Amino acid sequence: MTKSELVDAIVSLEGQITRREAEVVVNNILTAIGDALGRGERVELRGFGSFYTKERDARVGRNPKTGASVSVPAKIVPQFKPGKELRDRVDSAS
Amino acid sequence: MTKAEIAQSVHDHVGLSKKESGQIVESVLDIIRQTLTNGEDVKLSGFGHFMVRAKHERRGRNPKTGDEITISSRRVVTFRASHLLKQKVIGGDE
Repeated sequence: MTKSELVDAIVSLEGQITRREAEVVVNNILTAIGDALGRGERVELRGFGSFYTKERDARVGRNPKTGASVSVPAKIVPQFKPGKELRDRVDSAS
Repeated sequence: MTKAEIAQSVHDHVGLSKKESGQIVESVLDIIRQTLTNGEDVKLSGFGHFMVRAKHERRGRNPKTGDEITISSRRVVTFRASHLLKQKVIGGDE
């Protein structure tokens, strides 16, 4: 499923919303989550999961092609942990 | 940040009522959850990809007691943040 398919699914589920509105809503939700992560905030969505950020230490990596060592700077990366309901549902459907 | 705050953001930016905003946030999460439950990946460009991965059965250990146990095969959800989301998170710190 792509973003535009998600938008279509919302339109057919909600009825009285236009495609344009649904598109704005989806983008707004994703932007709000991204902005919160940018502020270092955790985003907890009950029944779905949590988005949070994690610090990665600087390390010495290697260019896999040449073998030359390169220093990889410390950085902050976004993470997602599925909530119990999502985990159970996805697993039980297998 | 919680669902309520995301709904508030939708209400502020999209002009849906508070009730509608809350409902639509719930619908978006429902659709994503249902799609993943069906075993289909959800690709949200500019945000990230939610993927369903099948894990094989493997031997593991109870870290507390050291007992060897069999971890059964299962399906899990993983998230890969898009380049854009990674940049957003790193952004403020550089």
